Amino acid sequence: MITVNGMELEYSDNLLSLLKHLNYRIDRIAVEINGSIIKKSDYSKTDLHSGDKIEIVSFVGGG
Amino acid sequence: MITLEDYETALSMRYSPEIKAKIQSARVSVAGLGGLGSNIAVYLARAGIGTLHLVDFDTVDITNLNRQQYDICDIGTLKTEALAAKIKRFNPFINIVTCCAKVTETNAAQIFGQYPIICEAFDKAESKAMLINTVLTQCSSKIIAASGMAGLYSPNLIITQRITDNLYLCGDSKHEVSDKTPLFAPRVALCAAHQAVTALQIITGNEEL
Repeated sequence: MITVNGMELEYSDNLLSLLKHLNYRIDRIAVEINGSIIKKSDYSKTDLHSGDKIEIVSFVGGG
Repeated sequence: MITLEDYETALSMRYSPEIKAKIQSARVSVAGLGGLGSNIAVYLARAGIGTLHLVDFDTVDITNLNRQQYDICDIGTLKTEALAAKIKRFNPFINIVTCCAKVTETNAAQIFGQYPIICEAFDKAESKAMLINTVLTQCSSKIIAASGMAGLYSPNLIITQRITDNLYLCGDSKHEVSDKTPLFAPRVALCAAHQAVTALQIITGNEEL
């Protein structure tokens, strides 16, 4: 069980596949796991483990 | 004419010596000088921030005048120059550093790395994400980002969240600029005010988030 933006979820693949599964646009987000920001180039190398707390910040345009 | 002594006296009437010292030694970078950034810069300059770093590659045009801190006479001028000139008209005593450059993944750390606080004030979602990812992975700065301030949705939806130690997020996180949801000055300024307050909280050590 992992936690994504406060919601519990059953998922065991890597971060990139989770982001695709949740329909995030990779070029508009920042991702933090257990308090550490994850480099975009590491998304596919980052395996998710039970207990991981994932925060995905998704940006919208305007400023 | 106001002298430096007059300015120092006025600041001392407003702030305790501790707060005054913290604000006058603060260094803040503003990334993008549009509706968010031009307002953030004016708020921080009026507060008396020691050093303000103004970053934008663009010039002022007529479509900016509905919500940005520029005048008709600024059209065609670099935003960095127009805004620095405006700030000097009400506060000539702070240090303004301008940087006219297009920020990329390659140059971001070099442009912003020496500033402990960065206000992200770009317009495109991709540019926002690029700056946040680059700064948080390559620099030790705190970054105050903005997302979601378009349309005329309730102003009460605009909030400030602390996402990680070094990332704060202001806005409603939802309402994107589009043909149906344009940007209106007061709602953009609200978000800019959240960012400026957050910067001042960090500077003064009053982090209530």
